[in-house]
Amino acid sequence: MEISNQLKNQHLIWRAGFGPAVEQLGNLPEYKPEKFYKALVKASAKEPQYINVASDHLIDLYEQRQNAGKRKNLDEMQRREINRMQQAAVRTLNLHWLKEMVTTPAQLREKMAFFWHGHFASRNGNIFYNQLLLHVFRKYGLSDFGTLLKQVSRSASMLYFLNNQQNRKGRPNENFAREVMELFTMGRGNYTEKDVKEAARAFTGWTANGKGEFVFRENFHDNGEKEVLGKTGNFNGDDVLDIILENKQTAKFITQKIYTFFVNDKMDDAIVSRLADQFYNNKYDIAALMETIFTSDWFYDPKNIGVRIKSPVELLAGIQRMIPMKLENDYALFNMQKILGQQLLYPPNVAGWSGGRSWIDSSTLMMRLRIPQMFNDKDELNVAPKQDDDIMMGRKTDGTAAVPAKAQAPKKVYGAVAAKINWSGNISQYEKIKKEQLLDAIKNNLLQVSASKVQEVVSRNIDTSSREAYIKSATVQLMSTPEYQMC
Amino acid sequence: MLIRRKEFLQIGSLATASMMMPKFLKAFESGALVPPGNKVVVVLQLSGGNDGLNTVIPVRNDIYYKLRPGLSIKMDKAATLTDEVSLHPALTTFKNLYDEGNLAILNNVGYPNPDRSHFRSMDIWHSASKSNEYWNTGWIGRYLDAQCSGCDKPTQALEVDDVLSLALKGETANAIAVKDPRRLYGTSNEKFFKQVMKNHGPDHHDEEPVEYLYKTMAQTLSSADYIFKQSRLHPTGATYPNTGLGNGFKTIASLIYSDINTKVYYISLGSFDTHVGQGAQQERLFTQMNDAVKAFTDDLKKNGRMSDVLLFTFSEFGRRVAQNASNGTDHGTANNMFLISGGLKQKGVLNAMPDLADLSDGDLKYNVDFKDVYATILKNWLNADAGKILGGHYNTLGFV
Repeated sequence: MEISNQLKNQHLIWRAGFGPAVEQLGNLPEYKPEKFYKALVKASAKEPQYINVASDHLIDLYEQRQNAGKRKNLDEMQRREINRMQQAAVRTLNLHWLKEMVTTPAQLREKMAFFWHGHFASRNGNIFYNQLLLHVFRKYGLSDFGTLLKQVSRSASMLYFLNNQQNRKGRPNENFAREVMELFTMGRGNYTEKDVKEAARAFTGWTANGKGEFVFRENFHDNGEKEVLGKTGNFNGDDVLDIILENKQTAKFITQKIYTFFVNDKMDDAIVSRLADQFYNNKYDIAALMETIFTSDWFYDPKNIGVRIKSPVELLAGIQRMIPMKLENDYALFNMQKILGQQLLYPPNVAGWSGGRSWIDSSTLMMRLRIPQMFNDKDELNVAPKQDDDIMMGRKTDGTAAVPAKAQAPKKVYGAVAAKINWSGNISQYEKIKKEQLLDAIKNNLLQVSASKVQEVVSRNIDTSSREAYIKSATVQLMSTPEYQMC
Repeated sequence: MLIRRKEFLQIGSLATASMMMPKFLKAFESGALVPPGNKVVVVLQLSGGNDGLNTVIPVRNDIYYKLRPGLSIKMDKAATLTDEVSLHPALTTFKNLYDEGNLAILNNVGYPNPDRSHFRSMDIWHSASKSNEYWNTGWIGRYLDAQCSGCDKPTQALEVDDVLSLALKGETANAIAVKDPRRLYGTSNEKFFKQVMKNHGPDHHDEEPVEYLYKTMAQTLSSADYIFKQSRLHPTGATYPNTGLGNGFKTIASLIYSDINTKVYYISLGSFDTHVGQGAQQERLFTQMNDAVKAFTDDLKKNGRMSDVLLFTFSEFGRRVAQNASNGTDHGTANNMFLISGGLKQKGVLNAMPDLADLSDGDLKYNVDFKDVYATILKNWLNADAGKILGGHYNTLGFV
């Protein structure tokens, strides 16, 4: 079967980014994927802007709290205010990053950052630590894995999340060392319990200060000899990371994870093994690995197209790229992430999101199918997310105690999503297309799997009152299908 | 057996509907309905980390009063169970259940190397993993895997909520989350989705990834129909408090009286994360819990079903023994659980109250692994293979 450039390019932009933007539609059939990939790389080459969402007021209060002399001037109210403002700021950062995924031309950079965020998964209530770690993912996501690993390992967010501030000589806390080996580099079964214990000794004294800067506390560090993965010496944390990087299993483990995320969760062992060799021999050059993947013929094989279930964030970003919108109730996007099971900056645990079929159960699937209608204002967000006490600490957003009120009609509680969709891009993209080809054209832009049966249903339900109404209703309905969940 | 007319019609209409259903759906339709008298479990999750020491109160323990000058509950205010043990004053129904022999209390329940993050600790309770393992299925979900292998409707476990918890996600099957049977019906009934489903038709290759979504969609639509119809078969006539929990228990009761095949119901209340001003917050939540459990157990007793139902409570962790500076408590470790049923084999306070003189960094030490409680319920109440579901051997206790 001959696959069109359009389908290949859509495949590429769904995997190396968050799906085609409406303004790209005209270009999709024109270029070969190699050319499209080059453009993606170029757009992602610039160093990202640091994202700061903390207000001056919060920064000021936070600095007072860090300063031993000024700390006593803060009263109980102000201390609580700092916590509340931090919680709100992490939510703002979540939405800010989601917006970046929707609007930036640097799609590859944000997609890589998104992947690394799930790989180096950390949950932290401190807005400043969150911002710093997010910047690491965005800045080093296409560099080399060794640099990225070392940056993450020195981040306040991860060190605190994995309790390394408690890891001291004679009183080790092995959490950080264990997850570095099990989840970040080599994978289970490729090291011994003794390796973990010895590595933990090498990481003693690694911590961070309130500003989020890495601090090495020499007096807590264990200077004795350690034996890690067969090597012996007076190792520090960096030495251990180097030993782990020297071990080819690390290249294999990371390549497998990248392949399952970007290509197909059914692995092709021969290809993965070749990629892992290349990754290792290229000193863990991530950009080179991604180029090989996205420009190889096998990547565009039909068995790799349309077989991946979009993650909730990919789904939400992808819809907004195709139908740009302004949301009055930004918070709805946060609740949708929560209901669908993937909140940026709040991974379930250090192992990240498991992905694939685990995204889908009866509630999440029905919610996914209804979201396009909600954006189009024909459906209400009458579904309540579960409470999250790590974020809310038993309070509601207004700070009062979180006790359920008397039962109410659900839609009154959560309300309409109130999105204003800008349809002009879609309407002009389809300007030259004849009416009888219109539905085919819309379907081809939206779906990565064949869908003749679902197209029949849409054609029966389409609003034919005007060309505009036709385009709108066909788009929203095609997005409300199981097929649209695939990429 | 006499088949009531309404149920006969029910079966009849299912039979007609099944003719239009895809092949993989049909297997269940011929299956026998679960006969009444079957045992069910109701899990009540107290989200946020309920303070166990102000729930089951050691009223003769000086350390308790010393460490909680602003929060401890005086003996004369609390609901007395024994010489040493009282309940939070709002839990009057629980005291009555205790007096009737329908309540058991298990103290010091927890797990090794406790985690103090809500999310992570809840994950551990839901998945029944060890604290250094990350599992993406839950213990009830894996029970469901065994019960619903090849079946069309995963209704053996139901969560009364909009969103499904990890506890109810299995490897091959996921339970259904439904807050209001009418609303799930309403949503799923949308014309368009039904048309999409119907037009997709039966007999596709299961290997195609999108087929998994169609299969889930078919299960959701058919479960929604089934749950809605069952909920209207014998709706309870009893009055329940107009709270989320009250309405949830009312739904559960109506389904228990129907012929639905559900064995596990799951419902949550919160937030019990009482860092600040614990007294008022816990009391308001307990009042809701007490009133809803009263309506539910009264209803069950009236209908002669109290011995068929085992209701238990749990929370992701207890709280620290000493109060904090904001008249609240911070995250702790081991906690107590309530077990409520007319079919308890052991009643009352089942084990020793926590030893406040022997703490670990200011926290209670656990001496009952929560996985033992699960194992007991799975094996003795649900007749399931606990070892397989929990992925290891755990002790069975004697309460059922």
